[in-house]
Amino acid sequence: MSDEERKDTPEQDEFRAYCREWLSKNAPGPPPVQLPQSPIEITTEEQMAYLRGWQKSAYEAGLVGCDYPKEYGGGGRKDCQRIANEEMQRAGAPYFPNVIALGMAAPTIFFHGSEELKKRFIPKILSGEEIWCQGFSEPNAGSDLAGAQTSAIRDGDNWVINGQKIWTSLATFASWMILLARHDRADKYSGLTYFVVPIKEELGRTVDVRPLIKITGEAGFNEVFFNDLVVSDRYRLDDVGKGWQVAMTTLLHERGAGPLVTPAAAGRASEGDLTRNAMSLIDLARNSERNGRTAADDPVVRDRIMELVVRQSGLLQSLRRTRVKGLTDHPLRIPQAAKLVFTELYQDIAALSLDILGPSGTLFVADENAPQGGQWPLAYLNSYGMTIAAGTSEVLRNILGERVLGMPKSK
Amino acid sequence: MAQPLNYGYGEEERILRGEVQKFFKAHNDELKLMNLVGQDPDPHRPPESLWDREAWNKMVELGWTALAVPEEAGGIGLSAVAMATLIEEAGRAAMPSPLIATVNTTYVLKACATEAADTALGEIAEGRPAALAITNRKGSWDFKATDVKAAVSGETTTLEGAAWFVQDAGKAEFFLVSAASEAGIGLYIVPSDAPGVTVVPDSIVDLTRDQARVKFEGVVVEAAGTAAGPGRGDAALRAALPAILTMVAADMCGAAEWQLQTTVNYAKERVQFGRPIGFFQAVKHPIVNMMLMIDTARSNMFNAACAIDHEPESALLYAHMAKASASDMAEHCSGRSVQYHGGMGFTWECFVHLYFKRQLHNQVLYGDAGYHRAKLADIIMGPVAA
Repeated sequence: MSDEERKDTPEQDEFRAYCREWLSKNAPGPPPVQLPQSPIEITTEEQMAYLRGWQKSAYEAGLVGCDYPKEYGGGGRKDCQRIANEEMQRAGAPYFPNVIALGMAAPTIFFHGSEELKKRFIPKILSGEEIWCQGFSEPNAGSDLAGAQTSAIRDGDNWVINGQKIWTSLATFASWMILLARHDRADKYSGLTYFVVPIKEELGRTVDVRPLIKITGEAGFNEVFFNDLVVSDRYRLDDVGKGWQVAMTTLLHERGAGPLVTPAAAGRASEGDLTRNAMSLIDLARNSERNGRTAADDPVVRDRIMELVVRQSGLLQSLRRTRVKGLTDHPLRIPQAAKLVFTELYQDIAALSLDILGPSGTLFVADENAPQGGQWPLAYLNSYGMTIAAGTSEVLRNILGERVLGMPKSK
Repeated sequence: MAQPLNYGYGEEERILRGEVQKFFKAHNDELKLMNLVGQDPDPHRPPESLWDREAWNKMVELGWTALAVPEEAGGIGLSAVAMATLIEEAGRAAMPSPLIATVNTTYVLKACATEAADTALGEIAEGRPAALAITNRKGSWDFKATDVKAAVSGETTTLEGAAWFVQDAGKAEFFLVSAASEAGIGLYIVPSDAPGVTVVPDSIVDLTRDQARVKFEGVVVEAAGTAAGPGRGDAALRAALPAILTMVAADMCGAAEWQLQTTVNYAKERVQFGRPIGFFQAVKHPIVNMMLMIDTARSNMFNAACAIDHEPESALLYAHMAKASASDMAEHCSGRSVQYHGGMGFTWECFVHLYFKRQLHNQVLYGDAGYHRAKLADIIMGPVAA
C-alpha cells in the first residue's frame, strides 16, 4: 500500500510540527471572561473582543484558512486545515467566534461567488474582521427550508429585500449575512436566489434585529426583519434561480460534510469539553451515590456509560474510516451522518449525566454548589439546539434515507 | 505502538475483498443458500450439518485457511485487518462453512506458541477445519470454566467430560479442547474421530451453521497433542480473545449490511397506500438507523482489528467495544429487516430469516452486548469494590 494512505504527507507533518510549536507559545491561557458553551451563544462585547483577538492571531500565524488559495487570504496549502484543527484541539485552544462565516459563508462564496466577491470577503472572514450570520430559516420555513418567502425583487442593478428571518445567531455582531430569498413565487425550488447582504450598516434603517431568548435563558438567537433593504446585484451568488443549489453547499459544510474543512479549535468531540465526552460521566459517577455506594459501582450506571463510550468510539472511528479508500460504501454515508450522530450522542451524554447526578443535576449555573458550574443541565438544554439546528435529526434522516440509501423522497 | 491512520487497509486488502466477493458471487446466493439449508422447515427435524463441501474445498484451494496462520507455521500470516475483511464478506454471504471456527482456532493455536500447536497450524493451513471446544454446560465465556477434566500422567493426558456449544462441530476435523486439571487449564488437540469422542449435534435456531456438544470419554492425548500444558491454556485463550471477538463482529457487520441493502430494496419496491413503503418516515428512519448502527459497529470492528496488528496493549479494550457495538447493532438490524418485509418477512420462503437467525446466534456468541460492556467497564472504570 502507498505511504499516503498510511500517514500524513511530509507537508502535513511539517505543518503539524509548526502548529504545535506555535501553539506551545501562543495558545491562549484561561479566558479573562466567562465563555458560553459555543460561539453561537456569544452575548457580550467582552467575549467577542477576546475571541476575535484569538482568531486574528491564529489567522496571522496561518492556522485559519490554511487550505484557501493565497489570493483569497488563505495559506495556499493542501489538506492542512484538519492538521491545524487537530493541533488546536490538542492544545485546548478556544473556539473561533466567526463560526458562521468560517463554516458556511466562506465555502459558499468560494464555490459560488464571483472573483471580486472572493477577494473582497474571504480574507476578512478568515481574520475575523467581519462577523457573519445566516439568513435561512423563517417562521414558516424551518425543516422545509425551500418554502422560504423573504422576497427579493429586481430593481435595475439592485434587488430589494423584504421579509423575516429567524434563529439568526450572531446577528447583533454581524456585518454581513448569507441570505436565501425568493425572486419567484411560482416555483418553489427554482424561485430561490442567494445573496450576501450587509446587515450592520443598515441596522435601524432597513434591517431590524430583535434578540430571542433561548430555552437556556441565554440570548444568542435573533429575529431579523428586512424592510426594503437594497442590495447590489454584485452581491448575488451564482445565477438567479440557483439559490437552492447554493444553499446545499452551505448546508453540506454546516453539517461538516463539505469538501472544505472548517477551521475549528475547540470543535466537535474536543476532549477538553467535558459535556461532549462520554468519559466525563465516569468522574460524575464516582462522585455520586446510589444505593449506599458510589454510582460508579452500580451495574446499570456502568452499562449506560459504557454504551455511550462505545458509540463515541465508533463515531470517532467512522471519521477515520471515511478517509480510507475501500472502507466506505457511499461516499456521503459517513459525512452526511456525522452531525446527526454527534448531536444525538451529546444529547444522550447530557441526559445520562443528569440521571447520575441526581439531585445535584437540578442545580443550575448560578448555584454555587452546582457540579461543574451547572454545565450539565445547561448542556442538556443546549443539546436540543444541536439536534434541531442545521437540519433537524428528522430532516437528516430523510436526507440519508433518500440520497444515500436511495429511498423515495418524502416531498 | 501507534495504529496507521488507514487501519493498514490498503491495496492488498482491497484486492482480497474483491476476490472474496467474486468467490461468494460464484458459489453462493440467497437462493442457493435457501436450497442448501432451508429444505426442511420442521422445527423438530433432526439436527444436521448442511454445507457445501465443494465450495469449502475451493476456499482451501484459494488458501483461505492459511491466511491467518503465521509464515513460520506454513501459512501466509496476514493481518487481522485482512482477516476481518475476509470474514466480513463471508458474513455477508452467510454461507455455512467452518471458516470462522477454523480462523478462531487458528488464533488460539498461535497464542499457544508450542510445537504441537504449530503442527496443528500447519494442518489448518493445508485445509483441515477445526473448532474450539471451550465452553461449559452453563454457557460461561470464562476461560477457566470447562466441564472437561484432564488427568495427566507423564506425557499422556486423558480427557473426560463434555464441551458444550461447540461451533461448526459437525464440520471440524479436530477440536482444540480446554480441560482442567489441578495445575490449571490446558488446551488439547483432539481429532473428531478419535476413540472416545462423540459429537452430539444440537438442534439450533440458526440454519447457516451447526453446533454440538462434544463428549470426551477416556480420550487419550499424547504430548504431540498438547497445544498448551496445564496452567497455560487460559492465557492462550485470553491472548486470542481480541481476535475471536473481532472476527465474530466482522461476520455480523457483513451480515447486517446484507440486511440493510435487502431491506432498502424491498422498501423501494413494495407499494402500499399508493407509494413504496420507503417513502414513509416510520419505515425510512429506522432503516437509516440500521445504517448508522452498522457504521458505528464496523468502525469499532476495524479499530479492534487494527489494534490486534499494531496496538496489542489496547486490543482487548477495543474488541469488547467491537462486540458490544455489533451485538446491539444486530438486534436492531435483524428486527427491522423482518418487520419491514411485513407478512412476507414472517414466512419461511423469504430469505431474511436466514440472516435474522444467523445474527441471533452471533449476538450471544462469546458474550452479548451487556456482557462486553461490563468487561469494558472493568477495564475503563476499574472493577467494582467488593
